[in-house]
Amino acid sequence: MKVPPPPSGRVKLPAELSLALLADMLRIRRMEEKCAELYGAGKIRGFLHLYIGEEAVAAGAMRALEKEDNVVATYREHGHALLRGVSMDAIMAEMYGKQEGCSGGRGGSMHLFDAATRFYGGNAIVGGGLPLAAGLALAAKLQIEKRVTACFFGEGAVAEGAFHESMNLAALWTLPVAYFCENNLYAMGTALERSESQTDLCAKAASYGMATLKVDGMDVAAVHETAQRAREYAAKKGPIFVELQTYRFRAHSMFDPELYRDKAEIEQWKTRGPIHTFTARLKAQKQLTEERFLELDAAAQAEVEKAVAFAEAGTWEPIADLTKHVITPA
Amino acid sequence: MSLITYREALRQALDEALAKDERVFLMGEDVGKYGGTYAVSKGLLEKYGPERVRDTPLSELGFTGAGIGAALGGMRPIVEVMTVNFSLLALDQIVNTAALLRHMSGGQFSVPLVVRMSTGAGRQLAAQHSHSLEGWYAHIPGIKIVAPATVEDARGMLAAALADPDPVLLFEYPALFETKGEASGEKVDIASSKVRRTGSKVTLVTYGGCLPKALKAAEVVDGEVIDLRVLRPLDLAPVIESVKKTRRVVVVDEGWRSGGLAAEVMARLSEQAFYELDAPVARVCSEEVPMPYPKHLEEAALPQPEKIVAAVKGLFG
Repeated sequence: MKVPPPPSGRVKLPAELSLALLADMLRIRRMEEKCAELYGAGKIRGFLHLYIGEEAVAAGAMRALEKEDNVVATYREHGHALLRGVSMDAIMAEMYGKQEGCSGGRGGSMHLFDAATRFYGGNAIVGGGLPLAAGLALAAKLQIEKRVTACFFGEGAVAEGAFHESMNLAALWTLPVAYFCENNLYAMGTALERSESQTDLCAKAASYGMATLKVDGMDVAAVHETAQRAREYAAKKGPIFVELQTYRFRAHSMFDPELYRDKAEIEQWKTRGPIHTFTARLKAQKQLTEERFLELDAAAQAEVEKAVAFAEAGTWEPIADLTKHVITPA
Repeated sequence: MSLITYREALRQALDEALAKDERVFLMGEDVGKYGGTYAVSKGLLEKYGPERVRDTPLSELGFTGAGIGAALGGMRPIVEVMTVNFSLLALDQIVNTAALLRHMSGGQFSVPLVVRMSTGAGRQLAAQHSHSLEGWYAHIPGIKIVAPATVEDARGMLAAALADPDPVLLFEYPALFETKGEASGEKVDIASSKVRRTGSKVTLVTYGGCLPKALKAAEVVDGEVIDLRVLRPLDLAPVIESVKKTRRVVVVDEGWRSGGLAAEVMARLSEQAFYELDAPVARVCSEEVPMPYPKHLEEAALPQPEKIVAAVKGLFG
């Protein structure tokens, strides 16, 4: 498989915004590295899907959204939740299954939810969030609200009927929704070209009359600029599909022996890593010093330590509450 | 009070819901221009316009999921799926999202969605349009299952379902569409089962399209007939009260016998009313065969008054 050249750096952002995006990516990275460690230690159980390598997507996109917007994500959503504004404490406590978690401990890694930031999960059925996003956008349209719905999903979802039905509904009803397709090239272990007759994802969406954009998902500045355009388009004109070309550096989940891809391919993609390439670029552009970088990194690490302490100190929901949250109490 | 049909009652309920609450809209296949597969929504497009009586593509998964999203976004959608068989195309959204969202989010998000669909046999529509799968859905925590069997309930249950903060699946019975009855338009609950006929010899427990059949059989055997009305959560208190008097029960269920709703009712009665019984609980269900097309075979596959009477007689040895 051919790995694209390093991020072009064509988009240059103001220094303050650049540093904020870098800090965002570092927060996800440090949090998830700790999650992997905690998984090994048995503190986090179940499935754990790390986003490491793909941070530029969530970072670039989240800062393009407004507070009133809706966000729908998948089971690989720790970074999205964090940058949407869910506290790292609440995310970490959720990973532990503690009742102080953002879903009260009921969801775990794959089901992060937060009403306050309009974060609608955390959907672990591939493609399951796409119709939901169309419906949220329909509600906004019918109520003449300004909000846009941003829906994140992997390229594996384009094989699902839910993708096709949702693209059609979104375009047919001109819904204010931006579909962000994180193309990391593998649906679990199945490479895109082994599962799709048409591997041009934008062509699929365009066939429904959707506007489309394609961007290097390893370049946070380019993602941010593209996401801003996508949000504006969704708000003013209608649905849009954005393909973000990215790569997952870690296994699909903690159970994956990675038999389906070459180590060399992974190493080559790592040379395109969103954090170190952006760091180097900002340094070259004199927007960042090593000292400042270390400060940002230290802040991220401190936030992680605090979140772990919060989760450790969290409490288990009493078994007497087991049947809560099934239906609304009368 | 004048008599109206079950179909007209359903239509009045939709009309009232749309008139009363701007957040309510109806969406589904052929609900608008066509007037509804069973003409339930006829005339509503003209009255409320295409935004609120919304025709959809043939995308059960897509528009059911969109209904969930719209409910989360502040609307009160009524999604119509033509038949329960087609609802299987939307099963993922109903079971994996609508039913689970409240729980997965630790109680933060509830889904005030109503999904209506027709169910059951009796019109020679053969195997893919006649099954009675509401018992399946009653297996799932997080959704309510309601089954109007009377004109009064056909008129009143929609409003109760819309007022509910959680997803409600409302099953409509084409076999009953021409049934006439009184509909006061008064509020009805979606929490209780009801005695539809008093009797002394046996308790017949049923719901939906089988209610008229159970009532007919009850005339012959002096049966007390209880209409479950709500299949999840089940309210068996009136059944247990009745059993204390009759000491015998036959459950009549249009679903298949194996693993069906009747089995659940029987299990609960054996848990909760064992010592009130003078005979094992019996059931009359559909035969274990996909629905055949010819009328005589369809009738043979379904519960019928004669089968119910025979089952009752079997309890008296």
